[in-house]
Amino acid sequence: MNRDSNSYTFTFAALMVLVVASVLAFTAHSLKDLQDDNIRKEKMQNILSTVGINIDREGAENLFNKYITEQSAVQSDGSIDNSVNVFKDVNLALELKKPAEDQDFPLYVAQIENEKYYIIPIRGNGLWNAIFGYISIKEDLNTIKGVVFDHVGETAGLGAEITQDWFKERFIDEKLFDSEYNLMGIKVSKTNNDPSNLDKSDHEVDFISGATITCDGVTDMIKERINHYVPYFKSIKESSNSLAVSMQEISKNEIKLN
Amino acid sequence: MSKNKVLLTDPLDDNNPITVQVLGICSALAITVQLKAAIVMSLSVVAVMAASNVIVSILRNLIPNRIRIIVQLVVVASMVVLVDEVLRAYAYDVSKELSIFIGLIITNCIVMGRLEAFALGNGVWRSFLDGVGNAFGYGAILILVAFFRELFGSGNLLGIQVIPDALYEMGYVNNGLMLLSPMALITVGLIIWVQRSRNRKLIEKG
Amino acid sequence: MDYANLFIKSIFIENMVFAYFLGMCSYLAVSKTVKTSLGMGFAVIFVLTITVPLNFLIDKYLLQPGALAWLGPEYSELDLSFLSFIMFIAVIASMVQLVEMIVEKFSPALYGALGIFLPLIAVNCAILGGSLFMQIKDFSGIVESGIYGFGSGIGWLLAIVAIAAIREKIAYSNVPAPLKGLGITFIITGLMAIGFMSFMGIKL
Repeated sequence: MNRDSNSYTFTFAALMVLVVASVLAFTAHSLKDLQDDNIRKEKMQNILSTVGINIDREGAENLFNKYITEQSAVQSDGSIDNSVNVFKDVNLALELKKPAEDQDFPLYVAQIENEKYYIIPIRGNGLWNAIFGYISIKEDLNTIKGVVFDHVGETAGLGAEITQDWFKERFIDEKLFDSEYNLMGIKVSKTNNDPSNLDKSDHEVDFISGATITCDGVTDMIKERINHYVPYFKSIKESSNSLAVSMQEISKNEIKLN
Repeated sequence: MSKNKVLLTDPLDDNNPITVQVLGICSALAITVQLKAAIVMSLSVVAVMAASNVIVSILRNLIPNRIRIIVQLVVVASMVVLVDEVLRAYAYDVSKELSIFIGLIITNCIVMGRLEAFALGNGVWRSFLDGVGNAFGYGAILILVAFFRELFGSGNLLGIQVIPDALYEMGYVNNGLMLLSPMALITVGLIIWVQRSRNRKLIEKG
Repeated sequence: MDYANLFIKSIFIENMVFAYFLGMCSYLAVSKTVKTSLGMGFAVIFVLTITVPLNFLIDKYLLQPGALAWLGPEYSELDLSFLSFIMFIAVIASMVQLVEMIVEKFSPALYGALGIFLPLIAVNCAILGGSLFMQIKDFSGIVESGIYGFGSGIGWLLAIVAIAAIREKIAYSNVPAPLKGLGITFIITGLMAIGFMSFMGIKL
């Protein structure tokens, strides 16, 4: 058969497409479970690291199931929906594009010994591309327990350093809200006059030299994402306040009766 | 046998893909921030080049001339997709680092260049050797550049701190600029300088 | 308007050559004279402006997870993104083949002038890089992706013409023999890249 004839060229091309498509589809299909598994375990690993549990990907699943006691979706009006499988089904990148009434924001609750923590996924824009991570908040719904950051393509040695421990540590114990429970967030700031990070109520931490834009992205990302949860947090605070008030009432009545 | 040995040794100096043939520059610059990434990239390129050179060589008498370039590209692209899928399943952390650059192996001019220049006109075993040889030449430069960039840029090698604390205390500071791509260009320029000073055959005339 | 920002960003701040170091092989090999650099640059602009929006459509309606939902609800689970590389490359190679045929037919003079540079575009990493970045960047529409492609091409043209102009001039300077040609070009490109870093902090 003439190699340069139309029919030969066409047949060759058709065969090639068939072979390539089959081989690739077969590979993608057989490896998909392993790949999805890696992503899933990494997500668990990240969530656990924000509450101080550092484990490799293999052990992550067990500890995740052990310590994460609740997973729910918080709506923009402050209500909560427990029927959504937030770990599996909610992709924050896509969620943020939906109209406000349809958005579901994942909330993970961890119970470690007697401590309860609220873990929130965060996402924002760095210099080149998206940055994301998780932030865990203590039971007072104000103090940060821990954070974890990741990025798609920040500059190595500069913006990419947000993944490093020394940067993450700066956020531990910082307060997110002021005394009137207004959301202040955490500013990753050039002008933070607290180099040893002793003041935990200043809502500021030191930035990374040379990574201003990535750091601004971190600042914005924390404030904007936590903002979605404020109505819900306020409702928790109110119900625990009213619980405390009714407990007081009961004990006052008990004293009266006696 | 020595005719075949030359296929493996030439690309290391006389016919180095990066410093002589001017191929494969893009990923060579971007992936050399850390030694580990450079090593993984080099190994991936060896795998892709060996496989695609062999396949194209086997098919060399069957490929229609009019779609020659497309066929070559498809072969390489398939190899790269396979490497990417395998990395994401078995070496997840590494695949994250390499992300977009895995895809760029497809247009890594070395791969296409050797397919055109060699595999289309030579037997399977020789094409295999040529592919591996050129990939090693590419890898050698990659690892050299990454070595200096990671060492001077972050004080580490393979993620482990190498520069002693004592030096830092005396006032030594990591050269952050080394971590940025422009320095990779300058480093390659300096490597070319050294290479051509030692190997006078390579100096450009006029 | 966001389009103007995107345009300026893709030319200067996210310059294909100086920020991402894509298209370096052709950049270094073709930049010996300004004339050939211009020809190559225009070809790159043309191919980028057409392939990025085309690949955007392919990604949106064929490749993304859930993209095939328009065929029917049973297809909405399909994720064909593993075919991205191949599809994009096929589009680019076909585009280059098409451009080659058109130029040969309608302007033989131009075809002769561009010569081997035309097929070289098929392996210009800036072209594939443009499509891959488009995929990550998540544009809202075909116009946005078109502007990104066009701007990226212009950025590449600016870069290659600049280095060609410099190379023509330093042919008369006292460059040490081992550095002549390729070596000094690498170093100059590195210095230009450092200069371009000044664009990085600009927030549009």
